[in-house]
Amino acid sequence: MFKYYGKRAPYLFLLPAFVLLVVFFFIPFFQTFILSFQDYSQSIYHPTFIGLSNYVKLFQSPIFYKVMANTFIYLIVAVPILAIFPLFLAVLINQKIKGVTLYKILIYLPVIVSIVVAAIAFKWLYADQGILNYVVSLFGGKSIGWLTDPNWAIYSVIIVTIWKGIGYYMIIYLAALMSVPKELYEACDIDGANFLTKHLTVTIPHIMPTIALVTTISAISAMKVFAEIYVMTKGGPLNSSKTIVYYIYERAFENLDLGFASAMAVVLLIIVMVFSLINIFCFEKNKYQL
Amino acid sequence: MKIKISKHLTSHIILITVSLLSIFPFIWLISTSLKGNAENIFAYPPVIIPKDFTLANYTGVWQKVDFIRYFINSMIVAGGTVFLNLILSALAGYPLARMEFKGKKISFFAILATIMVPFQAIMLPVYLITLKLHLTDNVSDFSGFMGMILPFAVSAFGIFLMRQAFLGIPKEMEEAAIVDGCNVFQVFSKVLLPMVKPSLAVLAIFAFIGSWGEFLWPSIVLTKESMYTLPVGVNNLQGMFSSNWRFIAAGSILATIPILIFFLAMQRYFISGENEGAVKG
Repeated sequence: MFKYYGKRAPYLFLLPAFVLLVVFFFIPFFQTFILSFQDYSQSIYHPTFIGLSNYVKLFQSPIFYKVMANTFIYLIVAVPILAIFPLFLAVLINQKIKGVTLYKILIYLPVIVSIVVAAIAFKWLYADQGILNYVVSLFGGKSIGWLTDPNWAIYSVIIVTIWKGIGYYMIIYLAALMSVPKELYEACDIDGANFLTKHLTVTIPHIMPTIALVTTISAISAMKVFAEIYVMTKGGPLNSSKTIVYYIYERAFENLDLGFASAMAVVLLIIVMVFSLINIFCFEKNKYQL
Repeated sequence: MKIKISKHLTSHIILITVSLLSIFPFIWLISTSLKGNAENIFAYPPVIIPKDFTLANYTGVWQKVDFIRYFINSMIVAGGTVFLNLILSALAGYPLARMEFKGKKISFFAILATIMVPFQAIMLPVYLITLKLHLTDNVSDFSGFMGMILPFAVSAFGIFLMRQAFLGIPKEMEEAAIVDGCNVFQVFSKVLLPMVKPSLAVLAIFAFIGSWGEFLWPSIVLTKESMYTLPVGVNNLQGMFSSNWRFIAAGSILATIPILIFFLAMQRYFISGENEGAVKG
């Protein structure tokens, strides 16, 4: 094809987007590292260079290990559930049954509603004399301090994250299921395979890349949880539900210790970048045509 | 045949249960919001259908909280974010799909790199830059809105979506336009842009949803209540009405109505699965 555009044309088209990316992405990206070597706690306007002190402080802080442990709980509880349960629902919905659209709308609803409203709704369910404790009492249990008991708080918050994510991943799985050749299912039916064997031998192997994709996406989102915690527990009680992003927020905007918070941000950055690299180069190559 | 019916019955039972669990938190919130002061909202066993039915909590919270203001603020922020995303992504996607130039590969990977870094990890410098550029609500309302919009005005997702859309257009379209005497900008705006409308619609819808639900960033940059967006305003209900759950519930439901209408009107974009992975997780 002949070249119908001037030498400068491509750069002019890219310029507006790149200006914003430079100002609000690339500069902040490098500045995050710079901030983490500085001390802001004395004066926010005149930071001093303190080398690795923030990292030393961070790695000596027991809260840091609590936060990392909480994030780890988030990953090992939320990610497997979000990778498997929505797939199960998608398989059910993918049958030729009535009411599919209604099911999809209802199950997707939590995805669309503001996380703040969702967190408030759950806070109300979790109230001391709330409806969930009534259900617990029906089964003869003692009422649970869903958000006030340090042993429970993190799990109560994780439930909200899972509840809000199920519909999203279900739709991703549904799209993937459409690409499974129908003939394979028909062959299974002729062989008289039951529901379980059919999906274990045909569905799962075919959509393995999507399962891997959902696993990495949900892991990345679990690393970034903030609003649920902010609205429901503020990281408490006793730091039992504090996660990385909440800790960054707290140290930066409540303690005004930007340097320390940035050291935490660098840790987050490195972990998420590893997950994302796996994601992009292993599962999303086609999307970006690499 | 009998086996088939019973198999589907199990599926229906599971799907109905999950659907109910998905909406139950809202049902319970609505139920609470419709209960008058004469009814104990902590009653055991809990009552779903209010006995002392009233709309007083809605009128009460409506009078004390400026929802219209929050709604307008959310509309301005989401509208501005969508508008800039459409323009900037289309502009940037075009040369990446259609032109050969020095630095194309680097530009491509630079944009791809932004996907790997979460906003939460770089938000502190973004905040400092926003302060330095005076994009905060204590300068003026306009600056406040720009401070909420600009950090999200362009995304790698949008640029790649538009690049993909331009790649799908046959090259003959441009050649014909050039022969007809169009310059490069006219090719872009008059010939190519109208052909990528479906992708622009997808980008608009998902940029809108993302911006509408954003909570972390506005709660960092906002200082004035008159600038609150809906999520920030809803969170603030907890402080305003401390333990008045009737009002908190009514306010949360009121704030959810606009996005609910939007979702139901646009549901096919969300649940068809064609745009998988478009919403940020």
